Amino acid sequence: MRFHLTEEQSAIQDAVRGTLADVWPMERLHKFADSQIDDGTDCDPESWQALMALGIGALALPEADGGAGLGLLDAALVCEVVGEAAGPGPVIGQILAAIAVARSASAGARALLPAIASGEAVVALAMGSPLVACARGATLFLTDGPDGAIHLVEAAADVSIEPQTATDRSRPVSRVNFAAARAHVLFAGDDPMAQRLRDAALVLIAADSLGGAQKVTDMSVAYAKEREHFGQPIGRFQGLKHQLAHMALDVEPARALVWYAAYAWDAELPDATRAAAMAKAHLCDVYTSATRAAIAAHGGIGYTWEYGLNYWFRRSIANRAWLGSPSQHRARAAELAGW
Amino acid sequence: MDLSYGAEAEVFRKQVRAFLAETWQPGERRKAELKEFIRAFRAKAVERGYLYRSVPKRYGGSEQPVDVIKAQVIREEFARARAPMEMGGNGINMAVPTLVEVGTDEQRELFIRKTLEGDYIWGQGYSEPGSGSDLASVRTKAELSPDGTKWVINGQKIWTSQGGAATHMFMLVRTEPDAPKHDGITYLLLDLNQPGVTRRPIRQMTGMEGDDTFYEFFFDNAETPVSWQVGERGKGWYVSRTTLKHERASIGSADGLGRQFSKLVDLAKEMGRIGDPLVRERLTQIEGFVLSHRYTSFRLFSCQAAGEDAGPVQLMMKLLLTEIGHQIALLAQELIGDEGLIEPAQAGARGLITQQRGPNKWLDQIMGSLGNSIAGGASNIQRNIIGERGLGLPRDLAMGGEK
Repeated sequence: MRFHLTEEQSAIQDAVRGTLADVWPMERLHKFADSQIDDGTDCDPESWQALMALGIGALALPEADGGAGLGLLDAALVCEVVGEAAGPGPVIGQILAAIAVARSASAGARALLPAIASGEAVVALAMGSPLVACARGATLFLTDGPDGAIHLVEAAADVSIEPQTATDRSRPVSRVNFAAARAHVLFAGDDPMAQRLRDAALVLIAADSLGGAQKVTDMSVAYAKEREHFGQPIGRFQGLKHQLAHMALDVEPARALVWYAAYAWDAELPDATRAAAMAKAHLCDVYTSATRAAIAAHGGIGYTWEYGLNYWFRRSIANRAWLGSPSQHRARAAELAGW
Repeated sequence: MDLSYGAEAEVFRKQVRAFLAETWQPGERRKAELKEFIRAFRAKAVERGYLYRSVPKRYGGSEQPVDVIKAQVIREEFARARAPMEMGGNGINMAVPTLVEVGTDEQRELFIRKTLEGDYIWGQGYSEPGSGSDLASVRTKAELSPDGTKWVINGQKIWTSQGGAATHMFMLVRTEPDAPKHDGITYLLLDLNQPGVTRRPIRQMTGMEGDDTFYEFFFDNAETPVSWQVGERGKGWYVSRTTLKHERASIGSADGLGRQFSKLVDLAKEMGRIGDPLVRERLTQIEGFVLSHRYTSFRLFSCQAAGEDAGPVQLMMKLLLTEIGHQIALLAQELIGDEGLIEPAQAGARGLITQQRGPNKWLDQIMGSLGNSIAGGASNIQRNIIGERGLGLPRDLAMGGEK
């Protein structure tokens, strides 16, 4: 029986957290957010390389393919910390691509595996919507065909990319059209792996949301201890204290929902698909309510651009819409329960 | 992560299962005969080390080393066989652990075995009409008799579970009126069958009244020997905070919640509403919380088994359960519709329900879930605990000087 993190898992999280604190502090996020439209950057090369140098691209690759042989749970733990930092680049796409290509029989795609694992090839996740985060910096796209097949597409002249003014400034989106671009077919639509990859994507988005929700809760608690009104730290007042308690009550128990969904995926449990849907739905709701509560808890400063809370609020909007809203996944979960 | 309990636990499970197959055969026994059979069964289960694991052998326990996995396997197998576990109630959960920890040998000899065997039933004497969340403000007073051998008690206690059946009470009384409030309290044991004690059932909002519900107690020169005082005079507050290494069942409440949620799904089917997209949305929304609670119970259990501290999440479980109960109540109320206009048969009864009951039986849960916001630490106190102990926020001004 083991249902809490090992020391190694906490150490992986600490390593990613430490790197992001160095390469992706608030000033850097501000600079990136303000400059992205002008200079065409949607995946900051310096911070991306620092993350990839940690081996994130190879984390979930089998050891035979030169990877660390870890599971989706470990990948989710990394995505949680990236979400905490509102981190840069298509981390979820990169991890999923490594998982997908390693399990695929496509020789053309497999030839790209070393570059995916090292992070030299940047993979944007282009499933479910033509609006794709970090598309301009990407060299590869993990995408799905109309029949549910999973494709890997190489960036080329026939892939059109129109940058948009993104709501989520940490992961800018473009409108991408693959038109007749040549694709490596990784899995046919009826291959069980196609569904498993969609499930894995939901779990990683849930993990990113968990990290973000925890981050804004921590920011609110820290602020409540330091900000004084009526001669007292405002965190002493029960009105605010109880709101903060409810933020924590929303976030902390939900952590186990992400763990379970990732564990169910790794162990290929019969309820893995449903667990992924439940985790995506619940955590995106938690992220929405936590970011709204955080801004309320901060008062005026929370509503400013400079303070930065809005980056997580914006990221919560993106995560919520990405690959299906909470209500859509709940409808699936009800169906999957046979109700 | 791995949700199996391991090979050693499975070997142990087989032993428990074999014991139950052999020993728990109540057959057609009823009433007194069944009671006697259960008593003998529990004695055998204690002999095997399955019940009262934290109680010393000389007082009727099985004195086993703490092992949360074994304890969980025992709970699971007893539940599967529908075999009786330990006697419930405040005697087993509170009085016995307190006596094991800080009682005198005489007190342990006098009370523990009789409590385990069900001869003594304990009421809790903590809350008073004027002392709820601010429990340390208790005013029921005890004074030493002139010869110094007895405590003489005057005042009132309220919200005592099993108050009708209780033979004894463990209670907090004020003995040092001039001391700071936490330091003026003494923890006493009391025989309830004496002229100075009057008990009265409280009729609660569910309509329940009688043996299954709460009582209030009035003390008019009630007496108890000084040797029945637990811990030092004036230190009763700290005695009541005594916590033991328990093999507490965090998963138990998650299983109960899971069963309640499946009944809610059944209710939606029974009322013909399961196809309604709004109902499906609400059900799955609630289920997100139910599963969060369930998997967090696994997390707590896993930490406990590994001897690690799970951190602030432990402080959240009671409020989480309470809040989920409210959500379930609201959806149940929507689902039962005008069935809710009729009071269910045996409303609020906790005991054996003999009559057929319809969807309106959910009124028990709809009203009962409100009690969870109050009993065992009110929700606003839980919010303070999460905020202060969990998040490290400064204490409320009004309580700033308190411990």
